[in-house]
Amino acid sequence: MSTKQNTSLFDRKILLQAAKDSVIKLNPSSMIKNPVIFIVGLGSVLTTIIMFAGILTNNFSSFNLQIAIWLWFTVLFANFSEAIAEGRGKAQAESLRKNRTLTMARKIVDNQEVSAFATDLKNGDTVICESGDVIPSDGEVIDGIASVDESAITGESAPVIRESGGDRSAVTGGTKVISDRILIRITSEPGNTFIDRMISLVEGAKRQKTPNEIALSILLSGLSIIFLLAVATLPAFFGYALSASELPASQNLTIPVLIALLVCLIPTTIGGLLSAIGISGMDRLLHRNVIATSGRAIEAAGDVDVLLLDKTGTITFGNRMATDFVPADGVTIMELADAAQLSSLSDETPEGRSIVVLAKEKFDIRGREVSQLNATFIPFTAQSRMSGVDLKKDDGTFRHIRKGSSETIRTFVQNNNGFFPQNILNIVSRLSRQGATPLVVAEDNRVLGVIHLKDIVKGGIKQRFAELRKMGIRTVMITGDNPLTSAAIAAEAGVDDFMAEAKPEDKLRRIREEQADGHLVGMIGDGTNDAPALAQADIGIAMNSGTQAAREAGNMVDLDSNPTKLIEVVEVGKQLLMTRGSLTTFSIANDVAKYFAIIPAISISLYSGKSGIGPLSALNIMNLGSPQSAILSAVIFNAIIIILLVPLALKGVRYKPVSANSALTRNLLIFGLGGIIAPFVGIKLIDILINM
Amino acid sequence: MKAQDLVEVVLFFVLLIGLTPILGNYISKVFIGNKHFMLPVFGWLEKLIYRFIKVYPDEETNWVSYTINLLVFNLIGFGFLFLIQLLQKYLPMNPVNLSNVSWHSAFNSSVSFVTNTNWQGYAGETTLSYFVQMIGLTVQNFLSAATGIAVLLALMRGLIRKNTDKIGNFWSDITKSTLYVLLPLSILFAIVLVGQGVIQNFKAYETVQTLQGAQQVIPMGPAASQVAIKQLGTNGGGFFNSNSSHPFENPTPFSNFLEMLAILLIPAALTFTYGKMVGSSRHGWTVFTVMLILLIVGLSISLTAEYSANPIFGHLPLMEGKETRFGITNSILWSTVTSAASNGSVNAMHDSLSPISGMIALLNIMLGEIIFGGVGSGLYGMVIFIILTVFIAGLMVGRTPEYLGKKIEAFEVQMAIIAILSTSFAILLFTAWASVSKAGLSCLNNSGPHGFTEILYAFSSAAGNNGSSFAGLNANTFFYNLTLGFGMLIGRFGYIIPVLAIAGKMAGKKITPLSAGTFRTDNWLFICLLIGVILIVGGLIFFPALSIGPVIENLLMKSGMTF
Repeated sequence: MSTKQNTSLFDRKILLQAAKDSVIKLNPSSMIKNPVIFIVGLGSVLTTIIMFAGILTNNFSSFNLQIAIWLWFTVLFANFSEAIAEGRGKAQAESLRKNRTLTMARKIVDNQEVSAFATDLKNGDTVICESGDVIPSDGEVIDGIASVDESAITGESAPVIRESGGDRSAVTGGTKVISDRILIRITSEPGNTFIDRMISLVEGAKRQKTPNEIALSILLSGLSIIFLLAVATLPAFFGYALSASELPASQNLTIPVLIALLVCLIPTTIGGLLSAIGISGMDRLLHRNVIATSGRAIEAAGDVDVLLLDKTGTITFGNRMATDFVPADGVTIMELADAAQLSSLSDETPEGRSIVVLAKEKFDIRGREVSQLNATFIPFTAQSRMSGVDLKKDDGTFRHIRKGSSETIRTFVQNNNGFFPQNILNIVSRLSRQGATPLVVAEDNRVLGVIHLKDIVKGGIKQRFAELRKMGIRTVMITGDNPLTSAAIAAEAGVDDFMAEAKPEDKLRRIREEQADGHLVGMIGDGTNDAPALAQADIGIAMNSGTQAAREAGNMVDLDSNPTKLIEVVEVGKQLLMTRGSLTTFSIANDVAKYFAIIPAISISLYSGKSGIGPLSALNIMNLGSPQSAILSAVIFNAIIIILLVPLALKGVRYKPVSANSALTRNLLIFGLGGIIAPFVGIKLIDILINM
Repeated sequence: MKAQDLVEVVLFFVLLIGLTPILGNYISKVFIGNKHFMLPVFGWLEKLIYRFIKVYPDEETNWVSYTINLLVFNLIGFGFLFLIQLLQKYLPMNPVNLSNVSWHSAFNSSVSFVTNTNWQGYAGETTLSYFVQMIGLTVQNFLSAATGIAVLLALMRGLIRKNTDKIGNFWSDITKSTLYVLLPLSILFAIVLVGQGVIQNFKAYETVQTLQGAQQVIPMGPAASQVAIKQLGTNGGGFFNSNSSHPFENPTPFSNFLEMLAILLIPAALTFTYGKMVGSSRHGWTVFTVMLILLIVGLSISLTAEYSANPIFGHLPLMEGKETRFGITNSILWSTVTSAASNGSVNAMHDSLSPISGMIALLNIMLGEIIFGGVGSGLYGMVIFIILTVFIAGLMVGRTPEYLGKKIEAFEVQMAIIAILSTSFAILLFTAWASVSKAGLSCLNNSGPHGFTEILYAFSSAAGNNGSSFAGLNANTFFYNLTLGFGMLIGRFGYIIPVLAIAGKMAGKKITPLSAGTFRTDNWLFICLLIGVILIVGGLIFFPALSIGPVIENLLMKSGMTF
């Protein structure tokens, strides 16, 4: 799918379609959803009628014509911004649809395989898929294991394993089985599969206004009414002033001029861009391969102030790694490293491999082939609780090398009539305190030393957490480790808090506690165990590789199944809200200049006596050419600023992980102060152009 | 402007800042329920009142019941005041036998005193008996101010409570406000005023022989008791027609200074109480600072304009409409303070102020009476602007907006808009009506932009519940009594009801704890933001109207033209 290919902001096809759509959107029933722009639309219609009435009565006013044109442009530009945001989504939906060809499913009915249309599959049906089959609908693997190509939805070409039971049982309709055979129970109703929902989400077809958008719309409508009041009462005030300056009442303000003033004052900029900002927020999330089930979820992401993060995979790499060898007294480090490597050569666990790698990198002991060594590999079992190797020496006797926890190795050595030295015990307890896992290595009756196995904290994660802290977000590490180990890792990773020996129900309880204190909690999870917590969290991101239950419970799905995604999601949420606030501030701040353009223009004749230039011309601080050009410039600026800000609305304001106060200062300087100054400059420039 | 003027102004603000935490702290003790020194004095009375009106003070209600109680209480106050004016002739304490008041004037005055506006279309000494003034007006002076405090208390409770719908007991709030805040201060202040020479008697009007030999009737009456609460309760309705420029209401420069301070005293102290009760004294001081800045900037502009030479006369000082006993600085300080707080008492005629000084007074009112504003009402009005500011700018920190940990959502925004809209609606629509109708225009004494300003000022004063008059407009007519009366009602209850609704909704919400990601409402950045929003959202609506009134007048005056 196209999420990975960055759709350019100004893709020609999208632009053309958006231009077309912006005309289609003139339909009043769709315009009414945006009250501010609807008012502009009504104004445009009225001005146009008045303009034509002027033509019919031989009273053509080119001024009215120009006002009408620019009012229409204002509406079209607002529609265009929404259309282009939707267009980008539609382009993505298009490529998704291509993957959803009409598949035939191999349905199992009464143990018989029958052919059925994928679109006819219902919740609870069972189908079978073999290598080469496209999985017909969303479901859960109930038998077997298979590798599946999910590039259709994730864009990732490497196949993933899907198997029954466990946390990797969910499959998505439209993906393809590459090897083996699996039995799938369908878990979604037709037309409501994951891909179906993705398409409707990215198309914005089912987009509903989010709570904050609704509140903002109310504010914008309210401001529009307030300014409508200011404009509607103006002719009365003018009537008074005209008669006081002994001017004919016919010089009172014309309706097009009043409409122009109204359109300039009501917050058209944010009104026009509001839905584009919302759609593009979804879009930005999609570019990070995260799908939100609602816009509300993205908003909540901005509000999250506690993140619950699983240690494994998010904070540390999935596995412990050997970082050091600590030899026993009288043993050289080379001897220990050699033994440690020998014992791990056939150990396919990540820990075992890391020991081989460490021995090779640090002590240049090359890996040897087990088969050439006359060795028998002793794997780890639940009974023995140690692993190692038996090497046949030249004299036919065996070297028994073992590695394991200090308890088991002590038993092993004592059984071989050796003894377990005190200083090894000391090393073991020291490493444990540091949060590491010590593995003791022994050969026959001799303890050789300790392998320092450690959780490796991901690079850069500490800085990430520091950034989050600056933004006022608290991180809580969740781990099954004992408190000692957890504390050490928590300190190393720089999380604010941790939960040791956590069970899934502890997560749920913790979320509830945080929420009761007024916090908004975000978490990411994959297992069925995680589902209740995902549902309880304000932001629950389910990994796409996870179970169907988890995916249903969360309000976002991360297609990359990358646990650090949670942090990016929070950033997208914050950026969306910032963009909305910044453009609102900009829009409202713009009004100052527009007043200074229009008020002197319309009131120039008042109390003018014989000169024709009244005292209020002193308010024309921009020194605009003529009253008509002043009004026109303000209207043109008002229209053009919408189109100029479309890229910003789509991309979002620049986002940096800083404290609320620094973010506010920065945005306020750019959009607040800038919002006051920009229109003074803009209107003046347009006025110069008009009067050239 | 002489050095001593400056010293006085500085002293005024130093005292204001110094008294704010002292009184504010006391008020917070009264309402948090702590022990305070007035409890032994009036505690028995409080209990007696509860027993008499059959109220259990601990039984709290939701916002709807609270609002209904408030409206019923105010309606009763209105009805009583209306009736005693209509029946004045038959009631006692009427030594000069004043006749009954016309129904529309009685309607206007009753609304006026119930809504804490104290607009006076009538002249006190020639219209109302001592009975009406004392039992009617003075009582409402207390109760309307107490109503303002009650609304503020309900709002505060809404902000600090969580997961409840109870916002307090109206009857208890109003009783405590009156007994422990307004009454002790008024008694103390009235005594000081009497010491300065404000009269307090029930004598008939006296007729005296002037030096030139003419006869003059000198009105008498219980002035001090009303003057004290009229200043402290941001009421402003004078005992005499010329209000605090009358020597019996405001005899000395010292009484003048105290009366000015009294205007701002309680509204300023309430910001401290607010900070203390919502758990952030810094926030209380932030709000105080915003008010102070707006006040001082307005005052500076006003003083500059008044001290600048009028090009037509070219010499200083311009004393028309001012008391020589007080001079220019005291007149301007008063006009700024009385319009900033919704007091409305005057010691100089605003009609005679220079156009810019008049505009500052007008703008202070138009912004919604939030620069300290009315007792209680100034602060809850300011909270409306804070809610708007937090909503507009709060998004810029990347979180959905929250104020004091409470999320601001659609409902709160809607209510805030209704509150702001109702005042603007009353001001602009009624002014528009009056400025084109015969009924409106026939009462003007002045023409041109000045006449327009008179109309605009009258409706702003009514809708803003200020009550000061620009004068020059004969407003005791059927048209103005009714339109101004409705303007006052819209301005008062169009604000109170949305504020109580917000209080009720907020009480049910969770409180998000403070963090580095929280939008701060207690620093300089917020001060600038709030001022910006007040001026742009609250002020720009009136830009056209002000341009056609005082701005034009000022420009014309500079070119040598007056009206």
